[in-house]
Amino acid sequence: MAMADQAGNQPAFRLSMLIYDSRYRSLTIQAVALMLFMLAVAWLLSNAASNLAALGKPLGFGFLSQPAGYDINQRLIEYNNQMSHGRAALVGILNTLLVAVLGCITATAIGIIVGVLRLSSNWIISRLMTVYIETVRNVPVLLWIILTNALLIESLPKIASFRGKDPASDLILWDSVAVTNSGTFIPSPVFGGGSGIVIAMFVLSLIAIVFFGRWAKARQAATGAILPTFWIKLAIFIIPALLFFFIMGRPVTLEYPEMARFRFEGGYVIRNSLISLWLALSLYTGAFIAEAVRAGIQAVSQGQSEAAFALGLRPNKTMSLIVLPQALRVIIPPLISQYLNLTKNSSLAIAVGYMDVTGTLGGITLNQTGREMESLMILMACYLSISITVSVFMNWYNESIKMKER
Amino acid sequence: MSDLSYVRTEMLDEKDPPGGEAGIVTWIHKNLFPSIGSGILTVISIFLVYQLLAGILPWMFKSSWTASSLNECREAIHLAYGEGTEGACWSVINERYKQLLFGFYPSELYWRPILAFFLLFVAIAPVLFNKVPRKVLYFSAIYPFLAFWMVWGGSIWVPISAMLGLVVGYYASVILPAVIGSLGAIVAAMILPIVWWILLAGPVAGMLQGIVPISIESVGSDKLGGFTLSVLIGVVGIALSLPIGILLALGRQSPLFVVKIICVGFIEFIRGVPLITLLFVASTLLNYFMPPGTSFDLVLRVMIMVTLFASAYMAEVIRGGLAAIPKGQYEAADALGLDFWKATRLIIMPQALKISIPNIVSNFIGLFKDTTLVSIIGLLDPLGLTNAIRANQEWNGVVWELYAFVALLFFIVCFSMSRYSMYLERKLKTGH
Repeated sequence: MAMADQAGNQPAFRLSMLIYDSRYRSLTIQAVALMLFMLAVAWLLSNAASNLAALGKPLGFGFLSQPAGYDINQRLIEYNNQMSHGRAALVGILNTLLVAVLGCITATAIGIIVGVLRLSSNWIISRLMTVYIETVRNVPVLLWIILTNALLIESLPKIASFRGKDPASDLILWDSVAVTNSGTFIPSPVFGGGSGIVIAMFVLSLIAIVFFGRWAKARQAATGAILPTFWIKLAIFIIPALLFFFIMGRPVTLEYPEMARFRFEGGYVIRNSLISLWLALSLYTGAFIAEAVRAGIQAVSQGQSEAAFALGLRPNKTMSLIVLPQALRVIIPPLISQYLNLTKNSSLAIAVGYMDVTGTLGGITLNQTGREMESLMILMACYLSISITVSVFMNWYNESIKMKER
Repeated sequence: MSDLSYVRTEMLDEKDPPGGEAGIVTWIHKNLFPSIGSGILTVISIFLVYQLLAGILPWMFKSSWTASSLNECREAIHLAYGEGTEGACWSVINERYKQLLFGFYPSELYWRPILAFFLLFVAIAPVLFNKVPRKVLYFSAIYPFLAFWMVWGGSIWVPISAMLGLVVGYYASVILPAVIGSLGAIVAAMILPIVWWILLAGPVAGMLQGIVPISIESVGSDKLGGFTLSVLIGVVGIALSLPIGILLALGRQSPLFVVKIICVGFIEFIRGVPLITLLFVASTLLNYFMPPGTSFDLVLRVMIMVTLFASAYMAEVIRGGLAAIPKGQYEAADALGLDFWKATRLIIMPQALKISIPNIVSNFIGLFKDTTLVSIIGLLDPLGLTNAIRANQEWNGVVWELYAFVALLFFIVCFSMSRYSMYLERKLKTGH
């Protein structure tokens, strides 16, 4: 009977099985969920479409090619106010990336130094680091950004004080850098004829450094002899480029910032908005990274450093050769999310007037053209793609340094 | 026998530790100058701390507390401490601290947000301390509606009829399973409250107000500001994000592909964009997604977006908690014959939430700090108010005093919460 039932009488499909049969129920639930989701999205979109149509601005990205009409004083690529909104957005994206990259580098440096020093046996140093971490972490980052900006504006000399026969303020570093309360003026390189060769030489020496590093490592693994790699690398880094620089008759020169009638001319300018944002983001994120570093170091078992001491390694070598490489595995995942946080927090640039993508596309372009929907869509897409790229890259790096287990 | 005893019967007096092992000099030697490099660092840092304090402390204490404008303040400081002294003008805080705390809330009604704030601690007490009687949880359940009524005022029947929606949902989930089966009951428990809120809650509240008029003076959202606004946005965000976050976290782990994709998409989208873009959506875009003609105020829109933002982060926190639960717990629940919702409610979630409490607290700290971002879209939170105060002629030019006060407020709240979460972490450690 049972055999016959199984073979011949497949129970006929009934509609109620969609709910009561666990084989079909999950499909039913998913279909209903999908339908509800689609309905909700369709409802929102149709509302948006009819609202936008009523306002007379149907969805369209044509506004990106219209002239922007506003200036951006800190930029990496050529831009003037006759160029399009799209170009302005691009300048903004590059500015976002600039401050994010600068911030991540300095925040990592601050984080590692502070995190290591917090575990120092020196009482006053470790207390100071704790105070720094707790103070910075428990006050909003927006407040830090505004505070840093105010500090730079209030405490640095005005441009006007560099003027005149006997100026109140002087340029620093052999008359090459002017630190003022609206920005820092630094010399810019001017490339004359033949500078291509110097640059090519420089690139070649960078490649040579990489190959030398590999060779030295292989040699150490094979023979045990240790070369003073740092000094040799430094020599490769400097000497050939410098040699060719003089052989070619100094083709690369510096253009120094000069005080003209009312402002500095020549050289590059780093606006205070960028400096304060960079500084505040690095100090803020650095405190979080320091905590991650501390947690990572404490996760390495005590026996590792004891073994290193037993082998006769000094505390510095123990930290850099034994503890940090192992701690790195614990540190990387929170580090990824801190980098992402820093990138997202860089959108607060709008509070100090640094023109990142939020300031251009989500700020002035949005207000001038009234294209809220399109601007915000592009803005979010920019941040999403940055976030995804960073996390994909960092996850790849995380995979590559993970403990290789059998 | 007895005189052969070689066990000492009386204790010797405690001896001092050997010289060079205790005392202040040894402590200084060991902790401040253990090596040359460390000693140099010590000297440098003492010098830096001295410089910092020498700069800030005189400024802080050579101050004026009673002047009514910045110029008056400077004159008072010059009069008291000599010409050319730079001192803090704490008078601005003395005059405006109420505004920084309450925004433009009517001053005779300050007791309402204050009372709501203190009742908040009563409401969360059963979560924080397990000695509190469980009965207090009923108060926690009605607290959100009570707090809404106290802050915004108006008729008491509005929050009560809103609360009735939840009661309807609760009874649907208790009574209906016997009638239409558990799946149907869950669907009904989700749909009925929504029907109630959209169709019936308004008229019922109006009718009850007509019969028994109980109301207090209503205060518009535009009057909200200062620290009250930050706390309000933070608490609403975290309280609402908890249930949504739980659902999202469950959805993310679900074997149902469609549900999982929707949840992952939502979480990753929200976590990939900065909060400020979501606030821009709240200030410019959110009304577009509603049926033509609807418009609700900015504070509410900001709360919606902040809630969505917090939910995505909360979902990740709870996912971490779920991941930490041993597989045996799921299997044991299955072996007992519990269905998915019962297992989740009775076995899995209590443990997962307990593990995640420290992270939930730090999530809340982050969210609370992020509420300052609303100043960028023009709401008057403490940071926004500093600009408003500076726009006054009397206080034009006051910078540090205001920022210091706001920073101090945030520091006190966030620091005590982070200490609390560390305490919790120690307390909840039930491991070995």
